[in-house]
Amino acid sequence: MSDIVISVRNLTKRFGNFTAVNDISFDVYRGEIFGFLGANGAGKTTAMRMLSGLSYPTSGSGTVAGFDIMREGEMIKRHIGYMSQRFSLYNNLTVAENITLFAGIYGLSKQTTEERRDQLLAQLKFSSERDTLVGALPLGWKQKLAFAIAGVHSPEVVFLDEPTGGVDPVTRRQFWEMIYEAAEGGTTIFVTTHYMDEAEYCSRVSIMVDGEVRALNTPTRLKQQFNAGSMDEVFRSLARDAIRGELLI
Amino acid sequence: MRPFVVLLQKEFIKLGRDSFLPKLIIILPILIMLFAPLLVTMDVRNVKVAVVDLDHSTTSHRIMSHISAAEDLILYRATAEFELAMRDLEDGNVDIIVQIPKRFERDMTLSTPQKISIMANAVNATKGSMGTQYIAQTIARALTEVSNEKSMERMPELITVQNRFNPTLNYSHFMIPALMIIIFILVCGFLPGLSIVEEKEMGTIEQINVSPVNRFHFTLSKLIPYWLIGIFALFISMLIVKFVYKLSPTGSVGTIYFGAFLFILTISGLSLTIANFSDTLQQLMFVLFFFIMIFIMMSGLLTPIDSMPKWAQIITYALPPRYFIDILRSVYLKGTTIAEQWENFVALGAFSVIFNILAAITYKKQA
Repeated sequence: MSDIVISVRNLTKRFGNFTAVNDISFDVYRGEIFGFLGANGAGKTTAMRMLSGLSYPTSGSGTVAGFDIMREGEMIKRHIGYMSQRFSLYNNLTVAENITLFAGIYGLSKQTTEERRDQLLAQLKFSSERDTLVGALPLGWKQKLAFAIAGVHSPEVVFLDEPTGGVDPVTRRQFWEMIYEAAEGGTTIFVTTHYMDEAEYCSRVSIMVDGEVRALNTPTRLKQQFNAGSMDEVFRSLARDAIRGELLI
Repeated sequence: MRPFVVLLQKEFIKLGRDSFLPKLIIILPILIMLFAPLLVTMDVRNVKVAVVDLDHSTTSHRIMSHISAAEDLILYRATAEFELAMRDLEDGNVDIIVQIPKRFERDMTLSTPQKISIMANAVNATKGSMGTQYIAQTIARALTEVSNEKSMERMPELITVQNRFNPTLNYSHFMIPALMIIIFILVCGFLPGLSIVEEKEMGTIEQINVSPVNRFHFTLSKLIPYWLIGIFALFISMLIVKFVYKLSPTGSVGTIYFGAFLFILTISGLSLTIANFSDTLQQLMFVLFFFIMIFIMMSGLLTPIDSMPKWAQIITYALPPRYFIDILRSVYLKGTTIAEQWENFVALGAFSVIFNILAAITYKKQA
């Protein structure tokens, strides 16, 4: 667990007077499932967008997959996968066409694309749906497909922004099985979630409050540290102090 | 090249799956070219005339028969009472009153006959002035006829008018080539921008932005389908113009396609540039409409640039449609070649380069 994939120092993002992300520093190791928790508006998505080359930090530094987040955004993009909070595959393309599109975008050759596509379809047990328009799939299936596509080019890190929002418990479980499988294959998973049972599945968890990382450790250690029975209680005790965002009861 | 190939494939698949766009692309040129030329005509027809005949002579009758025989004039009333004719004008029953003075015929033999007066309702300025011209010509023709019959020596025709390039002075021949521009503005000006903003609204653009896609590849994949569609629309329009209006370009068809291609490049580049700055459909449409209004009003489509105020004329040099309308009209009616109007092509070429580079560099993958 010494191989660092993401390293962030004093990362800050301001929008005018509003500091969305305030001076955060942490490291993520290869093959980890890194849970990135926080209440709505805590700055999770902003931080994740900076790590994935979608937005420039106001100050601070960091590397992702060995590339600088300030200067080498496009290089980072070659080595990461990203699954947005909003479903963002093409609804009017079929399952197979979406896979082909994104594989091609990451520069996979036509032949590799076809092999990879069949492999993914088999993995997802989607072979019968290969020619179904993505827009017609149920939400849980869409999310599984989006995750598979985020990893189509075998990236070093996959960023997942609330991947299981609105997904039923059975599909959620399958989704996490996919995450484990990917992590065992050496892919680092950086995941935000609001489900505290999911936080328990993570190798390590960080909790953001008001743009700052207030806690970072393994779920077991965090529970000890906050003298709590579950991650849910850990989260509540931290988020209670939040000034901005939704109030949690 | 693979990323570009799959992006382009994606655009074509999406277009093909759309239930509406492919139909629109065929129907739009047909509708515009079939109906618009009939609607934008400036020819004045059916000018209604009241004649106040105080002379009651053969000459005044000759004038009236010429008026009623004229194609675009209608003799609504012949009367001896001016009040009656004036009431018709006020009520809008007639557009023009012609008053033939007393003893007109007798005085014609003298050196200074009393003048025939023409009074026009000029609320509609075009109809007023064109109508007055028609009447004056018609009366002049009647009078020449009369005097030729009376005197032995024939009055020489003093003026001959020859309308070059559009011999029948058909206004629609002037408008048809220029109207094609509306099709390009609609198809190539709106659709690429809509396609970008659709990706923004659906959120799919984020998945593209987080990938290593080259922004020139992405921009080009948005443009190429609409370039092809634009050329196809031009093909349909030219067919309609040829078979419905019997109007074929006097110059080379290649010149028209080349000019059209440059214009399509320009307008689609502009469309994408605006879309890059718009987050929603409303923003895009509002800004596009602003540009298109200016294009249609100021680029010489409906009114000649030469009659605009000086400052407006200077602005027109910054409007790409100005050059393309000029190309369309001169190739269709005069048969001008590229070499003879190279300035238009250079200007359009420059605009197309500027707008497409702008479209690619204003597309920001990172904020």
